[in-house]
Formats: sequence, C-alpha cells, structure tokens
Amino acid sequence: MTLPLLEVKDLFCERDERVLFEGLSFALNPGEIIQVEGPNGSGKTTLLRILSGLSQAFEGDIFLNGEPIDEVRDEFLASLLYFGHLPGVKATLTPEENLRWYCALHPHTRIEGIATALSNVGLFGYEDVPCHSLSAGQNRRVSLARLYLSQAPLWILDEPFTAIDKRGVARKEALIAKHAEQGGSVILTTHHELAIRDNLRRVSLGAPQGDADAHG
Amino acid sequence: MRTDDTLELSLSRVFWITLKRDLMLAYRRRNDLVSPLMFFLMVATLFPLGVSPDPQFLSQAAAGIVWVAALLATLLSMDSLFRSDYDDGSLEQMLLSPQPLALLVFAKICAHWMISGLPLTLMAPLLAVMLFLPEQGMSAMVISLLLGTPTLSLIGAIGAGLTVGLRKGGVLISLLVLPLYIPVLIFGTGTVQAASAGLPVGGYLAILGAILALGMVLAPVAVAASLRISVSD
Repeated sequence: MTLPLLEVKDLFCERDERVLFEGLSFALNPGEIIQVEGPNGSGKTTLLRILSGLSQAFEGDIFLNGEPIDEVRDEFLASLLYFGHLPGVKATLTPEENLRWYCALHPHTRIEGIATALSNVGLFGYEDVPCHSLSAGQNRRVSLARLYLSQAPLWILDEPFTAIDKRGVARKEALIAKHAEQGGSVILTTHHELAIRDNLRRVSLGAPQGDADAHG
Repeated sequence: MRTDDTLELSLSRVFWITLKRDLMLAYRRRNDLVSPLMFFLMVATLFPLGVSPDPQFLSQAAAGIVWVAALLATLLSMDSLFRSDYDDGSLEQMLLSPQPLALLVFAKICAHWMISGLPLTLMAPLLAVMLFLPEQGMSAMVISLLLGTPTLSLIGAIGAGLTVGLRKGGVLISLLVLPLYIPVLIFGTGTVQAASAGLPVGGYLAILGAILALGMVLAPVAVAASLRISVSD
C-alpha cells in the first residue's frame, strides 16, 4: 500500500464563530479525484484554500506523502496547481504573456506548450489580444489553459467550470479524467454533475457531524 | 524559446521576468504613472504662489519642499503596488509558486521604484532650479533622492502589503508608513541643506545608504510575511 499523496486528519475550521467542519479526515491517493460537495457557504472554498496553504485558519494535520505539510512546503508548492475563484489573469497583458509569467514561476510547466494550450481552450487567434477585451468566460479559459501546461501531480480546482460553455466543460472533464489516469490527483468543487465515474470520490461538507468522511 | 527554459529556472531569471512584467504592466497603463509626477510638480509650483515668491526664502525652503513633495508622491503611489495583483488573483499565484516570495516582492518593489522614485529624482533638478536652490546643493539633492526614494518604496511596500486585504487601505497606509519615512526625510533634507551651505555631506549620504541597505535586506522579507497574512484571511 503506497502512501496517499495528500492526507487530511481531523481538520477543524471555524469562521465567524460558526463551525464549518470538524473532524474532517480523508486521503487523496495518486490517480484519484475528490469532489468536495456542499451547499453554498458550507466551506468548500475555505477547505481548498486551507489545503493549498493559502489559509492557516484551521486546526488539524495535513500530510504530503506522509510528511507534515509545513516541513515539505517547497516540495508541496512545486507539485501543486491551484485554480481559485479569481482567475489570476492580468487584464492588461495578453493571454500568452499571462501564461508565460505563470510558466516562469512554476518549474513543472512546459513553456513551449503555450500556443497548444491556448488553442486547446479555444483561444486560438486570441494570443495577442489584451485580456480586458476578452469575455469573462474567455478569461477563465486563459487561466484554465494552465491545466494543459502543468505537469504538477496535484490539482486543486475551485469551481473550474464557472462561466465555461458546455463543450468547454466536457473537454475539461476529459482532461481531468486523463490527468487521473496518468496518476495525478485532483480535488475540485463544482455544482456541475461530473460525467467522470472512475476513481471519483465525494466528500460532503455541511453534512450531519460524523458523516463528513468520504463515501461513494 | 529555448527548450532548457523549463529546467533552468534560476532565481535571477525569476527576478528579471517579474521585473519586466511589472514594467510592462506599468507601460500599458501609462496614464497612471503621470499622477504622482503631476502631484510632485504641483506641490512645488504652488508653494511659491501660496507662501512667498521671494528667492531668498525659496532657496532656503527648496530642499524641504522637494523632499516632502517626493515623499508624499511616493506615498500616493504606494497603494497600487499589490492592489491589482490582489484583486485579480495573481497574488495568490505568486504565494503558491515555489519561488521565494521575498524575491518576487523585491522585483516588484524595484519596478515600482523605476516608475515612481526614479522619474521623481530625474524631475527634481528642474523643480530645484525653479525654487532657487543654490547650485552647490543640486548634485547633493539628486544623490540624496537616488538613495532615499528606493528606501521610501521599500518601506511603503510593507504598508501596502499589510493593507492590501482591506477595502480602503489608502489612509491606513499613510498612518503606518509615515513615521518610518521621517528618518529618511530628515537625512535627505539635511544632505541638501548641508551641501547648499558648503558643508561636507558624506555623513548624511552614508546614513541614507545604510538605511537603504537595511531596507533592501529586511523589507522584502517583511512584505512577504505581510502579504501571507493579508491573503490568508
């Protein structure tokens, strides 16, 4: 039995004196996809921010390959791709310039794959258009193009399908499934019903206490 | 586009790329660059009109006017340092990149100085002439601004990092940062006044340089920590 890539033990988080989750434990193995479910305000985004290390407002332990995450911070960041609510796209830069900077910062990316990645997200021909003249959905797509560039094993995706059209969603789902097949791991939140069936587990937040563990 | 680009991610490369990106962002929004310079120019031109156009008085006050105007102009531009990165999520990506955050922050501060402090320094002699600054004080003014304005950017960045998560950080930044600006102001104007009076300025410049060196080493680390706090909310 190999160690899980990411393991969460007894996580507790409270916000504005309201307990979002407590005693939350789950493990993410290589090749697995976890969909975090829950109604609005149940703490899905908070959980993903905690897992990515952006937020420290929690109690409990997170392990990467069996090591406490604080001790292997650099290794963790090098193997992480985080896609948050905000696209992280500069409006005055072109899609290509945006991705170039991203690649420069992240070692596990293929800078020569930018053109392909942009055409994969349907932005072929928009490489040199400043992002402020693109639509909201297209800006999300610029950010999603990172999924094609990255070779990071762990993807944390917060609502990746917001403002994306149906065909785009199908392609992203296929990409996520492929990433899992190749041994990568994905944690995502979405209100969209995923078509993926293999290796998919669900973690429910805002469920009755003690039932917060993974099932399905 | 070399193939070893992905392998060879040395720190200096990350530094240069971030610096270049911020300069390009600033260039694409040139209009925003003008406002601190306009402020600088306006304060210095309104002063003679408001107080006294007497050359005797102005030549005495020139050092102080130029330095105070430069300080306030820098403070004015400080809030925008991390604001847009925070708003569009680029800051999150910076925090989550495996590169040292202090280095990225340092590159951003350098870019900020190049688009605010450096133009101010270059414009200062013009204003100094307008304010009848004695000729022997001119080079001291430029050198003191060259050493002092980067320090202002470095210190201001700490305030910007702490307040970036707040909706209205502008006022708070001034309160946080102004007390720390005061030593720079004192030694900056001191340099120019000493030079105008024909006294040696080595000591003043050494202190300005020492403050700058200290700021370069400590400020990026402090800013990185303050950004983590601001984003982690």
